[in-house]
Amino acid sequence: MSPQANMDAHIADAASSEYLVFSLGDEEYAVDILKVQEIRGYENVTRIANVPEFIKGVTNLRGVIVPIIDLRLKFHLDKVEYGGQTVVIVVNVDDRIVGIVVDGVSDVMSLSPDQIKPAPEFGVTLSSDYLSGIGSLEDRMLVLVDIEKLLTHEEMQLVERTAESV
Amino acid sequence: MDISDFYETFFEEAEELLADMERLLLDLDVDDPDVEDLNAIFRAAHSIKGGAGTFGFTVLQETTHLLENLLDHTRRGELSLRRDIVDTFLETKDMLHDQLDAYRNGGEPDAEAFERISRVLQQIALDELGQQKAVTKATAAPAAEPAPAPTPEVEAPRQPADDQATRDGAENAKRRLSIALVGVSDKDRALLVEELQHFGTIVSQSGDAQRYQVSLDSAESQDDIEAVLCFIIEPEQLSIEVDGSASPGAGTETPEAPAEREPAEQAPAPVSEPAAPAIPEQTTSPEPAKSQAAPARAAGKSGGKSAKGSESSTIRVPVDKVDQIINLVGELIITQSMLEQTASDLDIVSHGPLVNGMNLLQRNARDLQESVMSIRMMPMDYVFSRFPRLVRDLAAKLDKDVELVTEGKSTELDKSLIERIIDPLTHLVRNSLDHGLESREKRVAAGKSQTGRLTLSAQHQGGNILIEVIDDGAGLNRDKILAKAKSSGIAVTDTMSDDDVWQLIFAPGFSTAEQVSDVSGRGVGMDVVKRNIQEMGGHVEILSKPGEGTTTRIVLPLTLAILDGMSIRCGRETFLLPLNAVLESLQPQAEDVYSMAGDDQLLKVRDEYLPIIALHHALDVAGAKTELTEAIAVIVQGEGRRYALLVDDLIGQQQVVVKNLETNYRKVPGISAATILGDGSVALILDIADLHRLDRRKSQQRHEAKRQHLHEVARV
Repeated sequence: MSPQANMDAHIADAASSEYLVFSLGDEEYAVDILKVQEIRGYENVTRIANVPEFIKGVTNLRGVIVPIIDLRLKFHLDKVEYGGQTVVIVVNVDDRIVGIVVDGVSDVMSLSPDQIKPAPEFGVTLSSDYLSGIGSLEDRMLVLVDIEKLLTHEEMQLVERTAESV
Repeated sequence: MDISDFYETFFEEAEELLADMERLLLDLDVDDPDVEDLNAIFRAAHSIKGGAGTFGFTVLQETTHLLENLLDHTRRGELSLRRDIVDTFLETKDMLHDQLDAYRNGGEPDAEAFERISRVLQQIALDELGQQKAVTKATAAPAAEPAPAPTPEVEAPRQPADDQATRDGAENAKRRLSIALVGVSDKDRALLVEELQHFGTIVSQSGDAQRYQVSLDSAESQDDIEAVLCFIIEPEQLSIEVDGSASPGAGTETPEAPAEREPAEQAPAPVSEPAAPAIPEQTTSPEPAKSQAAPARAAGKSGGKSAKGSESSTIRVPVDKVDQIINLVGELIITQSMLEQTASDLDIVSHGPLVNGMNLLQRNARDLQESVMSIRMMPMDYVFSRFPRLVRDLAAKLDKDVELVTEGKSTELDKSLIERIIDPLTHLVRNSLDHGLESREKRVAAGKSQTGRLTLSAQHQGGNILIEVIDDGAGLNRDKILAKAKSSGIAVTDTMSDDDVWQLIFAPGFSTAEQVSDVSGRGVGMDVVKRNIQEMGGHVEILSKPGEGTTTRIVLPLTLAILDGMSIRCGRETFLLPLNAVLESLQPQAEDVYSMAGDDQLLKVRDEYLPIIALHHALDVAGAKTELTEAIAVIVQGEGRRYALLVDDLIGQQQVVVKNLETNYRKVPGISAATILGDGSVALILDIADLHRLDRRKSQQRHEAKRQHLHEVARV
């Protein structure tokens, strides 16, 4: 996108929204930037017993206990390594603060509605329930994750109503 | 603790409520009022009334009672609002504020003002609820009756001197009063004339905006009429004279005469005629004289205290600000310990000032943490000690014998929770006394002691704080509640469980009391209780047995409560045990361990056999000591169960700040909450009772798996 076009897009399209792009393995995902509270390094996490594997545990975010989930484990990625690039995106949805472990954060993108294609029906690992669409940006493809739906989704077991079933 | 210790809190609360009330009243859309807002205004009045009753501020209580009555009609849609009614409500609010200030300075509120406002409020009730006059009168009358009661003692010195005689006369005979309105606009005048019609028959009226003359046949005293009119105009704009007894002849034959004669006679009166002003002066002068006397009396009574009292010695701070400070201090402590670690590697000789600075920083940081923590914690005694007075007064009012028992006074609770628990608890206590406990006769007939028992208890349990209001009264009446629910249009069935039925009483406007008393029965109480508790993140449970009594249990989470904990290690993980659950700890000896029914193991501790639960089993901890005799057994007790918890090591005792896991996550089996340790990491606090259940489930699953496995092996 030329700078001119970029500027035009900014001016012309008030409806376009900004997305934070992050990588899981070789794939690129994006979340609505307004839901993102901060980005921080992966730190010591206190394990919680008897919960799904992708819930890494809880950590202390300036005095607030925040659960940390690993989207790579959730999305069944092959390589799950914790390195210098591993970061935690802290999101704030539905008055809850949750940390999401990802392989890295690349940039912030502005997507206009016509750049967002409807999400196709996926297989079992990635339910289209919590995908808001596919963002196409020249040769890049961004999987737009509706973080609010994802985190409140039943299979995440982050919210109380599933607490009884152990 | 003396009840007067809580005056200040009440004043602050009431002031806040009044401010709320004003804001809501001002925002109110007169033509289409929001029901929620009306309810909120009503509740504010209700809460002030309750508090005023507790502390014995009679005048304040009665004024709010009148206001509350009207508001109650308003929110039921029986009284349609008009701008002037809202204005009156606002005026009442100002009056309440004045009364509050009077009490705060140790004085009595202005009795005349009180009389005036209560008259106006009653007048509204009469005017606006005309068709239900009979009903309103019935409820207004008892309310109005106590009203004059407190006034004599304040008014006493004045009364015999001035209008006693005129008043006495006025009570019996109708008199012709000539009322002059000076400088009153047309709009106000119409209103005034309308008001006057309520006092008697208007014989004639004439004049202009400058001076308007009304002749009125009325049995009311001048003071009363003036009191009402002074809500619309200033006392200086008004003069009332007695024309003498309204004989039928004078009233009918010469209707024009007094009206025409009067203006001429009256106009120069204040200047020239010494006789004429005598009467107006008598009616108008008490007002300024009184208002001067009132502050003087207040100042005289309280002396130097009034200056101190008016300047509040506390600040109300939003809880989240305090929370933020606590979190920041926590971070500071962690940063400080990190720095200390680094500094400890340095050579003391060459870095003397730095090391000294570090020591200073450590001390200051700890002091800061302690003071911040102490801001929040208070014993339940703060709440409980309010109740003996309330219970005594209520019991006397209801003519019941009640014994109040309090348990767990020293249980510490977060200040924010303590403050917010007072109102719901007050409602519950009032309810228990009014509806729960039976009259002496009924108690004796039911074979119980004549004196009812009301117990207030507080305790920590399983990561929660339990506050209970227990009465040994009649219990809840299931049929009555169901019937009432049906008549209020709530969907119910006869087969509902008791628990569900008890929950019905929390529905807004729900009350099975036949009469509205000023104790309870309006049906505001319980829905406020539930709402308040839910706002605190807790819930209310009711246990009731017919004939044996009712227990209302408030369960609050331990948000930010401080816990005395024992930190333990298991594998490489650190956990905290609530210290009050720990009985003792010991190293198990092989000969004290017994097996039972396969996997289960028992530990013999001084003639007692306790089930053994290994923490690493229950919580899947890797790398823990699996050999029983190497581990440490902590004997714990929770919800009546006692067992031996196997852990690797005891680290030590410490006070920790309890952090709710549910805020951002959810309830975790076996865990009650979390806390942040000195190094900034999170440690989980174990829930002793739930851990037991968790282990039960897990060993059951293991059994299942094992059996299945054996089954498969057998088949092969």
